[in-house]
Amino acid sequence: MPFDFSHESFRQARHERNQLFTVRPEFVEGLIPSFSNNPILIRILLTDMKSSLAKVCFKLILLVLLYVPGMGSAEDTAAPSDFAIAISKLATASMQEREAAVQQLISLKAPRTLPILQGLLDGQLYKLREGDKLVLAKQQDTGFSLVDAASGDDLGIKESTDIQKIPLNNSLRARLRKSLGNLQLNSTETAIRIEAVKAIAKVLDEESLQLLRDRLAIEQETIVQDQIRLVLALEQLNSTTKSPRIDAINLLKNHPTQEVVNRLNTLVEKDDEGNYLETDSDVRNKAKTALAAINSKISLYSGIETLFFGLSLGAVLVLSAIGLAITFGVMGVINMAHGELMMLGAYTTYVMQQLMPNQLGAAVLLSIPAAFVISALTGIGIERGIIRFLYGRPLETLLATFGVSLVLQQTVRSIFSPLNRSVATPEFMSGAWQINDFLALTWNRFYILIFCLLVFALLLQILQRTRLGLEVRAVAQNRNMAKAMGIPTDWVDAMTFGLGSGIAGVAGVALSQITNVGPNLGQSYIVDSFMVVVFGGVGNLWGTLLAGFSLGIANKLLEPAAGAVLAKILVLVFIILFIQKRPRGLFPQKGRAAEN
Amino acid sequence: MMLMDWYRNDKAAVWLMAAIVITVTLLPLGNLVFPADSPLRVTAYSISLIGKYLCYALLGLSLDLVWGYCGILALGQSAFFALGGYAMGMYLMRQIGSRGVYGNPELPDFMVFLNWQELPWYWFGFNQFWFALLMIVLVPGLLAFVFGWLAFRSRVTGVYLSIITQALTYALLLAFFRNEMGFGGNNGLTDFKDILGFNVHSDGVRASLLMVTGLILIAAFLASRSVINSKLGRVVTAIRDQEMRVRFIGYRVELFKLWIFVFAAVLAGIAGALYVPQVGIINPSEFSPLNSLEIVIWVAIGGRGTLYGGIIGAILVNYAKTLLTGWLPEIWLFFLGAAFIVVTVFLPDGLIGLLQRLPKRIPIRKVKAGAA
Repeated sequence: MPFDFSHESFRQARHERNQLFTVRPEFVEGLIPSFSNNPILIRILLTDMKSSLAKVCFKLILLVLLYVPGMGSAEDTAAPSDFAIAISKLATASMQEREAAVQQLISLKAPRTLPILQGLLDGQLYKLREGDKLVLAKQQDTGFSLVDAASGDDLGIKESTDIQKIPLNNSLRARLRKSLGNLQLNSTETAIRIEAVKAIAKVLDEESLQLLRDRLAIEQETIVQDQIRLVLALEQLNSTTKSPRIDAINLLKNHPTQEVVNRLNTLVEKDDEGNYLETDSDVRNKAKTALAAINSKISLYSGIETLFFGLSLGAVLVLSAIGLAITFGVMGVINMAHGELMMLGAYTTYVMQQLMPNQLGAAVLLSIPAAFVISALTGIGIERGIIRFLYGRPLETLLATFGVSLVLQQTVRSIFSPLNRSVATPEFMSGAWQINDFLALTWNRFYILIFCLLVFALLLQILQRTRLGLEVRAVAQNRNMAKAMGIPTDWVDAMTFGLGSGIAGVAGVALSQITNVGPNLGQSYIVDSFMVVVFGGVGNLWGTLLAGFSLGIANKLLEPAAGAVLAKILVLVFIILFIQKRPRGLFPQKGRAAEN
Repeated sequence: MMLMDWYRNDKAAVWLMAAIVITVTLLPLGNLVFPADSPLRVTAYSISLIGKYLCYALLGLSLDLVWGYCGILALGQSAFFALGGYAMGMYLMRQIGSRGVYGNPELPDFMVFLNWQELPWYWFGFNQFWFALLMIVLVPGLLAFVFGWLAFRSRVTGVYLSIITQALTYALLLAFFRNEMGFGGNNGLTDFKDILGFNVHSDGVRASLLMVTGLILIAAFLASRSVINSKLGRVVTAIRDQEMRVRFIGYRVELFKLWIFVFAAVLAGIAGALYVPQVGIINPSEFSPLNSLEIVIWVAIGGRGTLYGGIIGAILVNYAKTLLTGWLPEIWLFFLGAAFIVVTVFLPDGLIGLLQRLPKRIPIRKVKAGAA
């Protein structure tokens, strides 16, 4: 590959890099083949880079290019001819020669070796009938989708008559399994190595144990080391002598996985006559203490998990209640349509996703401001159209806004049908954060928790730091005095209501990620959010936050013992009783305003 | 003489009572006397429907007592209604005997289905009609007493009270949805056969139920009226208007509130008990907070603080509901929602208030001089 390494070309490259703060892939692509053989050059280039950001980018791109097949044309670098020969042998030669080819492929350590051998083992390695080109094929409805085995390039879809399977016999298969394990164990990717250790653990024999031990000696990553030690220790438990078994238990104590628990349980089990299956009492006792230690850890994890679920439920409650806390607390207005404003937010998310079907994640993010605006405008409409005629009559605002909620519900039902609509969860929010066998936190709830805190912080800032916030607080404290000071109370009322409603809309976006989006969405949350506001104390945002989280956690703590519905009933009864004791909530308003 | 006095003071109420009496005598006659093909024949469906309206009227009356006269916007009135209904439903379930689908003489069908071995303790006694009657009064009354005692004693008022009454009915809704509660879970109690040995579905029983409902409604109205016109009633009205002042004068506000709250709860329970045999089913959805809010709108539309306002409102709104849900189901919620908004913003005294504001030849309601 012709490439000019003169000073001039370097300067040009540096210039480009400095301008963009990153490296154009096509430029690096050209460099890589020669560079990877030339560590000094790479070092020069790296040390030369002034911006560390660019350095990181460049390193990353280098890594990617070196290991992503088909870009760096790796077969040219290592030993192009050897790799090509081995591949062609694999495709055409006899069974014995094929074994040799496999051996050669392994010894070459080329990056494509792993997928090729895996394909061979899985029966996905084929050759084209024309030209004997080696391909990886996956069966699909329309035929076989082909990938060039040597380069990883996509070759499109072909008929089954165009390709021929590479045959395999049992001895080769057995050999492949072992070598694949070995190969994966020595892979540069940590994740692949861990997978390999797990795979080997399922079919342990003396040879594979040796493989693991060898790898442990040179392994750098602690995660992989731990994984290997775990497998070795589990094996060591089967030893006939005492001390290695005790050592193994000591080590296993710190690895709370389901497998370890099961294995240790077998050590302390009794048979039908009540005799211990394990004869060695030292080992048995050791196993017992280890189990106790692990169990306490597991209960800790389940405690953390409950706490997390409670917090995430609390976050939902806080999100749905906090807009209410503003309209209810600051203005003394009962907004029964609050739930329907949340529903509008959820439907906004749905509509946004319909508008941008290819960008589900972006649609969800965009629907946050969109939902805010839509719900806020609806809220301002309600305030200007109805509520401003009813100030000072809180019970009647309750009735009128309930009427609004019915109208909104039916409107949505007429437009979107009474059926639930599904809102897709964007990729970054789906799945769970699997910390270990006993602790997994789902991402969507995690994000909602964070989102809730963000919204809360933002709202607090608006109320504390902005002019609108100041005016809102002034009107809440003493409407007439605020008016006398020249605050346009009408305008403040409308804005406050709009703010509270907008936050309801934003809460609706969050809700759309964890529950069904339907016309009844709002109704199912309205009682809960009132509870939170009342429990926390009217007119106190911190009270709402604390109340939401504590009710959420209380709910989740009760759930395992009492069941979900009973837990909810108990919480409701608790609030009813709590209100008797402290009729103004956790943090009552102080001063004369409280008497009204 | 007394009757004439009453007529002069409360003309609308007398006309309303007369209308109810005429309805509950003529309709059953129309059903029982005329043959099925006669144009004057009243169908059994209509009989049940009118009976249902009258139950709702009683329920509206009960809410008017607490809200219209005492100023307590109770959003849990449907809870008492449903509890009374469940008490009656339990009696009717026990009357099925071995005629259920599973033919178990002791256990109702849903218990057999859930594999229960014996009747839960709280079902005992419900095979006796007098016991069921007692429970219809006692259960809602007791719940109202405990709840009200706690709430009024700690001076939970206004919006807070509304919200915790809503929480109460919501909690009961969730509880009755559970199969473990032993009240039929989601499906509630249904498939009734007999009441007092007569077939629930026969025309005669339907007609009698309608008449009984009408009579009880009139009795309840008269009782409420005498409560409101008594000294207690005047204190209650005073509490509505100026709670603090009444307390400072030396009245124990919480006891008056409690009295009226429990009385209204018992009326609601009776309404529920009359409702169940005529409709043929009771299920947890009767507890839903939405139902309680609907009762509020009946009273608001009729005109609160008038007693007959609640009755008229309940009948009108439910008649509209029957018409609209049959004709254009989608319109119903728009109508109800609009009714909430229009009534609260433009008609704070309801239809009665509207009528009273019209130029009148004869004063509809005269306040006795020196009554206070």
